[in-house]
Amino acid sequence: MERAIEKGRRPRMTTDPSASPQGYAGAIDCDLHPAVPGMDVLAPYLDDYWKEMVAVRALDRLNLNLTSYPQNAPLSCRPDWKPKAGTKPGSSLAAMQQHVLDPFQLKLGILNCLYGGQVMHSEDMAAAFCRATNEWIRDTWLDRDSRLRASIVVPAHNTELAVAEIDRVAADRRFVQVLLLVSGEVTLGRRQLWPIYAAAERNDLAIGVHAGSAYRYAPTSVGWPSYFIEDYVAQSGAFENQLQSLISEGVFAKFPRLRVVMIESGLTWLSGFIWRADKTWKGVRAEVPWVTRAPSDILRDHVRFTVQPIDDPDEAEGLQRLIDHLKSDELFLFSTDYPHWQFDGDAALPSGLPRTLVRKILRDNPLAAYPRLADSVGKPQAEVHA
Amino acid sequence: MTRHVVATVEEIPPGSRKIVEVGGREIGVFNLAGEFFAIANRCPHEGASLCKGRIVGLVEADEPGSYRFSRKDELVRCPWHGWEFDIRTGKSWCDPRRTKVKSYDIKLEDGDVLAETKLRAETFPVSVEKRYVVIEL
Repeated sequence: MERAIEKGRRPRMTTDPSASPQGYAGAIDCDLHPAVPGMDVLAPYLDDYWKEMVAVRALDRLNLNLTSYPQNAPLSCRPDWKPKAGTKPGSSLAAMQQHVLDPFQLKLGILNCLYGGQVMHSEDMAAAFCRATNEWIRDTWLDRDSRLRASIVVPAHNTELAVAEIDRVAADRRFVQVLLLVSGEVTLGRRQLWPIYAAAERNDLAIGVHAGSAYRYAPTSVGWPSYFIEDYVAQSGAFENQLQSLISEGVFAKFPRLRVVMIESGLTWLSGFIWRADKTWKGVRAEVPWVTRAPSDILRDHVRFTVQPIDDPDEAEGLQRLIDHLKSDELFLFSTDYPHWQFDGDAALPSGLPRTLVRKILRDNPLAAYPRLADSVGKPQAEVHA
Repeated sequence: MTRHVVATVEEIPPGSRKIVEVGGREIGVFNLAGEFFAIANRCPHEGASLCKGRIVGLVEADEPGSYRFSRKDELVRCPWHGWEFDIRTGKSWCDPRRTKVKSYDIKLEDGDVLAETKLRAETFPVSVEKRYVVIEL
């Protein structure tokens, strides 16, 4: 499998300055995945009740990885980033430093922790584990490398508890985003979720929507798939649905300062989607009269996308074609998706992109997408690494 | 500028329309509560017979979930793709600056005045007792 993939990939040039490690210096990586290594690291942050429940219910024997990212799927970890057997990819800060933070000379990196706490059916248990995860992220990652920022993980299917967690954690401005999965319990535009968006807006937090499902419903719109390949490929369809939901339900009309970042969504579906969305809106806009501008206009003002994966055989050409279709070069944010296997070597961005565009993707666009990152730029102390 | 008599006023009661042909062009004449307006019967999008579309009101919203309905029966929706056009101005709702249908000036004239000016309807005789819809183009 690995061999086939390597063979199928076109060789990446590393001689192009825009794609060399030096070319990434000062970049802001908008998608890094720290992994919760096991229940033992969260236990200190659980109250006595949940500590006992972990033991009594044998929760510590559960892996609690998201089903969307099976541990041995080739995509879940790049081969040369694989840790020693028995360790979860992404669970070591030292490894993350060695694999991406240092060689890419990242200015900042945003941690998006994908863990079972976000999708638990028990609302209270989800809240307890999300709270513990956020505390663990702060103590184990943010406090130990000043380049790191993080998303707040929340029990998204209980709005009240999610908002409480956002407001609790938001005091620490190293948390720059609220993380949701693209497939949760309801479409993301629904008003029951609006307090989450209000909390994000008032705290200058972006809403990050990451690939992955809570599996309340089939991850495809036509039924349950049999294989991982069907599940992963279907993710981009879920992003289309959620983008249309956010726009149609009026989330951006209600929260004019809200920024949504689609993470690991793939990109090339956007061309067809936005054409279809704009075209359809012109004919049926009376059913959503709060949508007063074309969906593509709303998208340009409110929605951003991380650049891994791009989903195009010629990624540089594909990206520039998208910029042409979407009439903006401000929509795309640098990401390595570490430790997921989206690229080889240091080809996190395709070579051959114009230098001005590279700078926007690496730095300007992330800074504009995440208001809280402005705190970190231009302050000398942010340069000091722990 | 030529004046064309295209209908009697009573033919087009409030809320209704009549599609007429003037100089080879199809034009929709609409009566909005006693005021008359005329627009070309050709959608600027893909050429459908715009004036045969459903006549609707204007729907707006101050925020999601609030539906503000006004200007009842003052817009026409293209029968093909549903684009809305303002019957008073010909401008589309979605892109009023660039996407609009030609609108024409309308005058209502009494039959005796028309007889004096020797203006004749192209398709029917003018009677002095009636009132007529006149398009200038």
